[in-house]
Amino acid sequence: MQPFTVVEGVAAPLLEDDVNTDQIAPLGSSAWMNPDYAKMFFARRRKTANGADEPGFVFNRPQFHAPEILVTGSNFGCGSSREAAVWCLQAAGIRCIVARSFADIFRENCLQNGIAPIVLDPDDAHAFEALAVTIDGRSKIRVDLAAQIIKLADGTVFKFELPLADRTRLLEGLDDIGLTMKHLSEITAYEERVSLQHPWRSKP
Amino acid sequence: MVLTLFDKIWEAHVVARRADGRDLIYVDRHILHELHAPHAFRKLEAAGRNVRRPDLTFSALDHTPSSNPGRDENTNREGAPLIAAMREGSKRNGIRVFDLSDAEHGISHVVAPEIGMVLPGATHAVPDSHACTVGGLGALAFGCGTTELEHILATQVIALKKPKRMRIRLDGRIGPHARAKDVALKILSVIGSSGGRGYTIEYAGAAARALPIEGRLTLCNLTIEMGSRTGLIAPDDSAFSWLYGRPWAPTGAMWERALSEWKTLISDSDAQFDAELCIDCSDLEPQITWGTDPGQVVAISGRVPDPANAEADRRPLLEKALRYMGLTPGMAMEGLPVHRVFIGSCTNARLPDLQEAAAVVRGRKVAQGVHALVVPGSAKVRRDAEALGLDRVFREAGFVWGETGCSMCVGANGDKGERGERILSTTNRNFENRQGAGARTHLVGPTLAAAAAVTGKITDVRKLMTGEV
Repeated sequence: MQPFTVVEGVAAPLLEDDVNTDQIAPLGSSAWMNPDYAKMFFARRRKTANGADEPGFVFNRPQFHAPEILVTGSNFGCGSSREAAVWCLQAAGIRCIVARSFADIFRENCLQNGIAPIVLDPDDAHAFEALAVTIDGRSKIRVDLAAQIIKLADGTVFKFELPLADRTRLLEGLDDIGLTMKHLSEITAYEERVSLQHPWRSKP
Repeated sequence: MVLTLFDKIWEAHVVARRADGRDLIYVDRHILHELHAPHAFRKLEAAGRNVRRPDLTFSALDHTPSSNPGRDENTNREGAPLIAAMREGSKRNGIRVFDLSDAEHGISHVVAPEIGMVLPGATHAVPDSHACTVGGLGALAFGCGTTELEHILATQVIALKKPKRMRIRLDGRIGPHARAKDVALKILSVIGSSGGRGYTIEYAGAAARALPIEGRLTLCNLTIEMGSRTGLIAPDDSAFSWLYGRPWAPTGAMWERALSEWKTLISDSDAQFDAELCIDCSDLEPQITWGTDPGQVVAISGRVPDPANAEADRRPLLEKALRYMGLTPGMAMEGLPVHRVFIGSCTNARLPDLQEAAAVVRGRKVAQGVHALVVPGSAKVRRDAEALGLDRVFREAGFVWGETGCSMCVGANGDKGERGERILSTTNRNFENRQGAGARTHLVGPTLAAAAAVTGKITDVRKLMTGEV
């Protein structure tokens, strides 16, 4: 997994609540073995009913064709557990999401893929969203995960807090399975214990 | 120590605490499905890792198979490569597939309880957000992503930060016209689609205990729509007798031993919850969603809400939902014309769901211009329904009696609505485009769906059954 230390780039504002994973990664095209995640990314919302590009949709605007940062509302990534939603965001270039809140499974999927899920204090979030709209992709925004700050081109700084465990995972780009593999002897011991004490659980 | 039900199951499954503060939770049963598992098999093999416990892992083929009567793996051509990859990957790794022609075929969340694979106090994982369904039997279930799925395949544990605890107490007595789906939609109308974020929900109270097991599965199924990854109900005598004698359930002395442990699976009387909510279910009407979020719910006798009455920052979303759904504030829900009806999914496609819908349909005809589809949740539900003659009731009325699978709930198998169509669906998500580009989904229970099919409009089933409409 690619470590996340500092990301500097354009921030695309999609200031809506409850953006679900069906919107981010519509099924249909994901039903194939080798999906094109860049094409799948908000595929329906990018188009009008007659198939033309939806000009008002943020990711269709030229300055947001490859944004590193997404700014959005509450409960982002709700609905289906599909990890394709995160892979779509990655395919679009996004490495960091600043939201009012994240859906539980989606947030975990972000951490599994080196995307930083950031939540600001409500007052800061309001100000940051307004600035993202005003800046409109004209200047870059810097996210420094170790320092837990977001810095705008004019020097404005927003502080955020990400729990240490999540931060470490992102900063080090750790392989989660590898980390768990260090506990193999405990897993084996647990299995032996269960087969003696709760045998109905150890055999279907 | 005073513990909640959730804490008891969690603590009994902690294998280790990782340095990063997450617990490694043992997964007793793991069911894969064809949309995501082929990708995980590929990644696992590329990393040179093996499936640790193929004997605790099972493969469902539920998301993509066509529901067309007489279908095979190629009927839905988009799904065919995934089914092939699933069969091959499962075979290579020694994993049992519940294949299309098997007696145990069906939607994994329906099949796992029905065969007795899910046990009270056990953990369960599926790379699907509706894994939480099986909490209805007192199991602790987690929907997960593809990387987590790969993690479980390799290690048989899932690394989780322990969620907080919420208890939703359901008081009162549910009347004859409301069902588990209505209870769940009512809760959604109160806490919204993110009210449960960060929590495990325990449903308790007299009305929860009075629900039949199939109803408990329906209620727990909709936990993810509240934003919670998992929800559960303490297993009781009705859960134990429901489970007893099912093919995979323990037998004899093993059953007795398991049972004595299962009887301890309750929240201690003074256990502390991080959040509590009480809902009175006494006068609950059948419920229906009006918008594009499962929390946008009104009673069947209700009217489309006015965004002007909502908090300012929520208004744009509500207005957008109204536009998409083709509704205006103040409209009555009853009487809106319906083009399509779907009875199915892990939410509402168990035998009692089909029986309740059939009781409404019996002796009536699907209204002209309405396309009505029933897809039983499993091959067993389909067989049992046919033994009761329900297939004839539906077919004679003009419904299509489909082959089992997720079907129109997620629209990955070719079943979907057309742009602008109004659909009454017994499923779990009314998101924009979920059931077809531009299709308008209203979530309801099986009886409201059936009533709409035979009248061609949104209809209060209570009035239909008393002859008022």
